[in-house]
Amino acid sequence: MATVELKKLTKSFGKTEVLHGIDLMVEDGEFVVFVGPSGCGKSTTLRLLAGLDEVTSGQILIGGEVVNNLAPKERNIAMVFQNYAIYPHMTVRKNIGFGLRTAKMPKADKEKRIDEVAEILGMTDLLERRPAQLSGGQRQRVAIGRAMVRNPSVFLFDEPLSNLDAQLRTQMRLEIKKLHQDVGTTIIFVTHDQVEAMTLADRIVIMKDGHIQQVGTPSDVFQNPANMFVAQFIGAPSMNMLEGTVIDEGIQLGAGPVIAHKNQFPVDKITVGIRPSALVPATGGAPTLMAGTIAIVEPLGAESLAYVDINGTMVIATVSGRTPPIVGDVLPLTCPPEDIHFFDTASGKALS
Amino acid sequence: MTNAFDYSRKRIAPAKVIRWTLLALGGIAMVMPIVFMLSTSFKWPHEIYNLKIIPDEPTIENYTYVLEDGRFYQWFWNSLVISTITTISAVLFDSIVGYTLCKFRFRGRMIVFVAILSTLMIPTEMLVIPWYLMAKDFGWLNSYWGIMFPGIMTAFGTFLMKQFFESVPNDFLEAARIDGLNEFQIWWSVAMPLVTPALSALAIFVFLGNWTAFIWPLIVTNDPELYTLPVGLTTFSVEQSVEWELIMTGAALATIPTLIVFLVFQRYIIRGVVMTGIKG
Repeated sequence: MATVELKKLTKSFGKTEVLHGIDLMVEDGEFVVFVGPSGCGKSTTLRLLAGLDEVTSGQILIGGEVVNNLAPKERNIAMVFQNYAIYPHMTVRKNIGFGLRTAKMPKADKEKRIDEVAEILGMTDLLERRPAQLSGGQRQRVAIGRAMVRNPSVFLFDEPLSNLDAQLRTQMRLEIKKLHQDVGTTIIFVTHDQVEAMTLADRIVIMKDGHIQQVGTPSDVFQNPANMFVAQFIGAPSMNMLEGTVIDEGIQLGAGPVIAHKNQFPVDKITVGIRPSALVPATGGAPTLMAGTIAIVEPLGAESLAYVDINGTMVIATVSGRTPPIVGDVLPLTCPPEDIHFFDTASGKALS
Repeated sequence: MTNAFDYSRKRIAPAKVIRWTLLALGGIAMVMPIVFMLSTSFKWPHEIYNLKIIPDEPTIENYTYVLEDGRFYQWFWNSLVISTITTISAVLFDSIVGYTLCKFRFRGRMIVFVAILSTLMIPTEMLVIPWYLMAKDFGWLNSYWGIMFPGIMTAFGTFLMKQFFESVPNDFLEAARIDGLNEFQIWWSVAMPLVTPALSALAIFVFLGNWTAFIWPLIVTNDPELYTLPVGLTTFSVEQSVEWELIMTGAALATIPTLIVFLVFQRYIIRGVVMTGIKG
């Protein structure tokens, strides 16, 4: 196990800089998930960490040691790739043991280690099979086994679940989480799926255009997003964003309603963010924040998502109960004041 | 009761008839030389200009003669040694160069690749003179090495292997790099097994090419002990006459190894050619 530290890390391909000075400290045994849209630099960061690409400037420290100039094999890391990268011409046993080829240890010890890893992953019966005879989930498990067998200080996962179907992805997610709980090794996991990030991470690193937007625990980034990008990227469906102007009584939304607010804002143009889960029908005497006509309903079983038209602006609200609301009805909506987020429209930054 | 599969009513499309006819004619054109080679090898000298496929008086005398002639075995051995060594060498060098051009980014990579490819456009006839002068200067005339050196690496093989290595995902190589293998080990233990069909196809192409090579072995050697089979067989032609029945017998015997190689590996050839088509 080891800490991982990135100091002012940059990466350029030719004249194009794709990482613009990343600073991050990953604690020993921590599970950190890099999340962001395609092209945000998360996989590039992981490749730099693995030593597969050269750092343009800045430093990478693993276990307190600068590893910029070390070859991948000297960094004591293991990586699980998106497409598994398990060798089709080798059996599961040989695939898992591949990482031990260069290890100077007796053959019997190598075999014992392979058996141990196979047992942890529940693959003992599959050791003599070839990858073509395995399901997607089993192949991913082999890839994880190959990473585990060397007892690395850090595990790097590069979108390992994106090739699996939804059900298998959920199952593998649980297995990876359990694996982390069991072995306690530092894990850096890259994904574009915010649900994966929220469910797996001790801390989430949200990236966009080669910059870190926010680092925090899942609940922190969900409840206190640093900017509009994070607010909309984390959480499904995305946070409702309503532009408004500061007036004496609060904020006058472009869609019509006024959101009462006593605090002073340093800017005039404000974007109000309300998560669909916090925007609910105003019942039992709750004050109505806004009202509109239900345009679309998406029943989800225990609750429904209602797309409500507020003077031409669509917001998503959550209606609990198994009976979905009716399209065309007028729905008054409310939201607890603490669940209303304010952002500077110009810069996108959150306002306290 | 009506038979759903009433073949008497089934009409054969004219396009199909034309297609099959053309294929049959093509097949016959391909097979006829082999048939005549075999037929001639079983004929007496006075019968060889008779176009009958089945000889009037079949004989195995030609085979007895050729096989009792010790030179045949020497030529066969020479061809076998030269073809085998050249094949191993070409497969190794072509794949390592193809792999390097495919998987490594370095300055001048495309120039090297284009330079290699451009040699494909130069016919062998143009190359034999510089090859000969080179072999003469280095003292390689009348030696196995003299016959083999132009073929130890091939531009076609390099191109073929480069295209095949394109289909090997980089993740495989990077995973091996992280696991601590050096670049040579990655090429040998990870990349090479993944392109086995291409290696087999290349090996067969190179083996057949060297087994049937004629012009260069003829030019670079004048020592009958070093003749390859195709060159050796020409000694059955003398000034006054050409002993076609012996040449055809030798050719029929020379076909056997290539036939074995082809039958054993043909599925790889087909797979290799198909994959090349996709990538190319």
